[in-house]
Amino acid sequence: MAISREEVKKVSLLARLQLSDAELETMTAQLGDILGYVELLSELDTDKVEPMAHALDVSNVFRDDKVRASLDRGEALANAPKHDDECYRVPAVLGDG
Amino acid sequence: MTEPYTIIIGLEVHVQLSTASKLFCGCSTAFGSPANTQTCPVCIGMPGSLPVMNREAMALALKTAVALNCEIPRRTKWDRKQYYYPDLPKGYQISQFDLPLSEKGYLTISDSRGRFEPKPIRIIRAHLEEDAGKSMHDEVAGKGDSRIDLNRTGTPLLEVVSEPDLRSPVEARAYLDELKLLLNYLDVSDCNMQEGSLRVDANINLHIDTPEGPVATPIVEVKNMNSFRAVERALDFEAQRQYEVWQETGTIMGAPGGHKTTRGWDETAQVTVPQRTKEESSDYRYFPDPDLVPVTTTEEQVEAIRAGLGELPAALRERLQKTYNVTPYDADVLVNQGRELVDYFTELADRCGDGKMAANWVEQDVLRWLNDRQIGIGEFSVSADALAGLLEKIKGGDLTTSRGRDVLTAMLDSGQSVDAAMRKLGIQSVDQNELETLCGELLAANPKVVEDVKEGRLKAVGALIGQAKSRNPNVNPGQVRELCLKLIERM
Amino acid sequence: MSLTDLTATELLAKLTQGEITSVELTGVFLDRIAAVDPTIHAFLRIDRPAALARAAEIDARRASGQPLGALAGLPVALKDVLCTAGEPTTCASRMLENFRPPYDATVVARLRAADAVLIGKTNMDEFAMGGSNENSAFGPVHNPWDTDRVPGGSSGGSAAAVAARMTPLAIGSDTGGSIRCPAGLCGVTGLKPTYGRVSRYGLVAFASSLDQIGPLARTAEDVALILGVLAGHDPADSTSVDRPVPDYARTVSKPLSGLRLGLAREHFGEGLEGQVERAVREAIKVYESLGATVREVSLPHSKYAVATYYLIAPCEASSNLARYDGAHYGHRTNQEAMLAELEIERKALDAAGDTEGLDRLDNALVRMYRRTRSEGFGPEVRRRVMLGTYALSAGYYDAYYLKALKVRRLIRQDFDRAFEEVDLLAGPVTPTPAFRLGEKVDDPLSMYLFDLFTIGANLAGIGGISIPCGFSAEGLPIGLQLQAPPFEEERLLRAAHMFQTATDWHTRKPPAI
Repeated sequence: MAISREEVKKVSLLARLQLSDAELETMTAQLGDILGYVELLSELDTDKVEPMAHALDVSNVFRDDKVRASLDRGEALANAPKHDDECYRVPAVLGDG
Repeated sequence: MTEPYTIIIGLEVHVQLSTASKLFCGCSTAFGSPANTQTCPVCIGMPGSLPVMNREAMALALKTAVALNCEIPRRTKWDRKQYYYPDLPKGYQISQFDLPLSEKGYLTISDSRGRFEPKPIRIIRAHLEEDAGKSMHDEVAGKGDSRIDLNRTGTPLLEVVSEPDLRSPVEARAYLDELKLLLNYLDVSDCNMQEGSLRVDANINLHIDTPEGPVATPIVEVKNMNSFRAVERALDFEAQRQYEVWQETGTIMGAPGGHKTTRGWDETAQVTVPQRTKEESSDYRYFPDPDLVPVTTTEEQVEAIRAGLGELPAALRERLQKTYNVTPYDADVLVNQGRELVDYFTELADRCGDGKMAANWVEQDVLRWLNDRQIGIGEFSVSADALAGLLEKIKGGDLTTSRGRDVLTAMLDSGQSVDAAMRKLGIQSVDQNELETLCGELLAANPKVVEDVKEGRLKAVGALIGQAKSRNPNVNPGQVRELCLKLIERM
Repeated sequence: MSLTDLTATELLAKLTQGEITSVELTGVFLDRIAAVDPTIHAFLRIDRPAALARAAEIDARRASGQPLGALAGLPVALKDVLCTAGEPTTCASRMLENFRPPYDATVVARLRAADAVLIGKTNMDEFAMGGSNENSAFGPVHNPWDTDRVPGGSSGGSAAAVAARMTPLAIGSDTGGSIRCPAGLCGVTGLKPTYGRVSRYGLVAFASSLDQIGPLARTAEDVALILGVLAGHDPADSTSVDRPVPDYARTVSKPLSGLRLGLAREHFGEGLEGQVERAVREAIKVYESLGATVREVSLPHSKYAVATYYLIAPCEASSNLARYDGAHYGHRTNQEAMLAELEIERKALDAAGDTEGLDRLDNALVRMYRRTRSEGFGPEVRRRVMLGTYALSAGYYDAYYLKALKVRRLIRQDFDRAFEEVDLLAGPVTPTPAFRLGEKVDDPLSMYLFDLFTIGANLAGIGGISIPCGFSAEGLPIGLQLQAPPFEEERLLRAAHMFQTATDWHTRKPPAI
């Protein structure tokens, strides 16, 4: 399955990346190569194969409902690019994301 | 209904489950703490952190799903729902996509006022997911900044999705009331809408009869409704609006311009307003969360949950009607107050042997007291046993109903027993001789009344009752009336 | 002989016997780093005073006869993908250049509890994505055997640090070969444990269902020593397995009798360079001389492993890396410049009367995300995020991601079947020895194909080890890979140790430095 420049542009928004025209060009070519290569998988008949999302066959791992100490607010916000000692600050989120 | 259309409504309800800690970490779920004081590397998605499932959240979710008559698949799993928003620190929400923990249930709704026939509302699915944080636009200091509080991030939510089986805003309201009641009986959520522990989104459209056959208006998802009342109003408004828009434009579902849209309820203006959504924002790229393992549930576990549910509202209403002979309306009022009040009622009714009388006293006197003070039945100081003693005295004619109310008030005020309260109020049975003397004296002092009665105006005797009560507050008005009439006859 | 030439096990004996102190030892390695690392660039961060203070503290405890942990006084280097409380943890990315996690990864806490001296954070491919270590935002690592060549990746810093005798022990992470490949190219011993054997808590995720932390050292004996500290159940990682941890250090020296080795026919075919194949086949003869039986087996779905991996890993990565958006931690683009840029674009569209363009124009938040991520991520990370986002997007999920998960199951079944017949699989680690810096940077696909022998273990979740087994004509190390059924690390280590008692490849030292 080849991928078009337009599709790559659309995906760049979905992935929240900003690509210059030149980067878009290279990305389209490289993704095209890789997608062309992975096309190899389509020759396998996998209709009856159970997908394997985990490397382990483990289930039902729980923790008890116990409250543990949270981070100090200062510690939580210490890595924030912008904060006001109470909240993280980001450009306005009015409307949609 | 006279409108030439049918309203089609489906509801998505998010219920915060009452766990002590969050869904995937040990942070507290308490409401109202200062911003960003209930977070840890896991719930703010710090690099390297990993989620571990809260056992209690799963237990509460399964309990609710079983009570909603859902099928519980043997295996469920966790998926990531991916979108970018600053209140979602990982860039994805841990939720359930194609293998929810429950599906295909129903909740029966009814209306004691008879506005619609009882009917089951099908539940498509109920699944667990983590809540997002809160973003606030800072108008004052902002210059366009939003402030993000992540305290709520990771709180367990059960999302209950109904089929579009509701046919009116009244039914939608009834569904929400019944769901909330059920959650209360199950003790799985505090259902506080103001604190966000219960949130409702509604999907609504109309099926309109036209000469060319039925048509459907485009589906609208309505958000931002902060009370059940608001849901009812928003849906009323939206139904009317969609009908008007259809009359103007004729746009139907699936036609150009007929795609699903989102509108928000504006509480102040009492209207729904359009909300902008981008096409790409709905591509959530769900995939199984590799950090969490699947959860399996056995048939035995489901049966154990079912056995432990206790009596749920629908069954309880039926039992109250059958066993205690109360009306459907009374059963509804009692059950809607919650399990504790029902327990109080049944104990009272069992002791005093009169379901109707018990219902009257609970609904009028007990509930008024509780409502005036905004307290629950747990804080009501007169036990069902003690109240039953009072009711027995009334039935035995020792007390009038109104005197009985005074006694109850005295019991509540002083914490005394029935007998002590009666003594305090000076209430004791009046001796028959004493009563005859009293009535004789009254008749002698009121010849006009005697005359009126003799002429057939029996009502006139009422004037004597007040006088008798003022001379001796313990007299039974019925007895006074009866004795006076008897004495006049003899005169 | 310098102390830096001794193995961890030998050094521990000297520390225990009081022949040397940890301060001396740590000082010697720090000096070695100061002398050599400007050429190699294996480390991103060294805190000399902190390391020496820690060594002094352990020495003091030893002197006063207090009980000490299993690694007491030994320097250990950490790949900079492991969270260290209060210290920078960068993943070799601009995105996390100033990130200081408020907590230790579980393995870091375990190392501290074992009284290891954490000597520094090692260089790597950005977010562990790469096979050559050229994707570090802070510059590539050079192979100590030939500094014009790559050390392999993504744990290239950890492998080069061990090879260049800058630390006796190092920790790496392996998602598609990221421990075994650099171990092979640098001539050291590196183990990727079974998925779930070592806690991932505090390992900055690349592809969660494939990532596994493991040790690099000079010998299997040393790897066994430190694996005993790393391995074990962690309630903070739902995918860490609760089963007993064998005493690897005690059993490593016991030879395996009747060992049945399998050679996967598919790993000796096209693409494998002749001198690598010759070295690997020589190594297998050594095993035969030690009593092992050898037979050919088949992993019929091997040729699909790279394609499967390069769907699953980017899909998971695109999701794991969504959190780096400039909102809560890490890099954020200059907000004023971002708003100014938007304003210019808006005006231009306005002037052109392009209402559709105006409608499509990012809002401030979306533009903040996009600029932040494009500035913070290097080209390889961006490529994988794009690939994963695309493969998970509406309409492509079934054809790409779901398909890959199904082939993953087939690959796992291949291994299960092979292990019914043999105890271990033996084969090459990489198709060629170390290539030159820059040789493959413009050809991502050929870089990806370099992983073809190591990727299977990650997809199947099994353990694998890379041990030195010879040298190329240019004097570059060649690695032998052994792979075992799940949770058979003990078998891997014993087999590796058998080989190292019969050969001396692992004792060779890069001559240039």
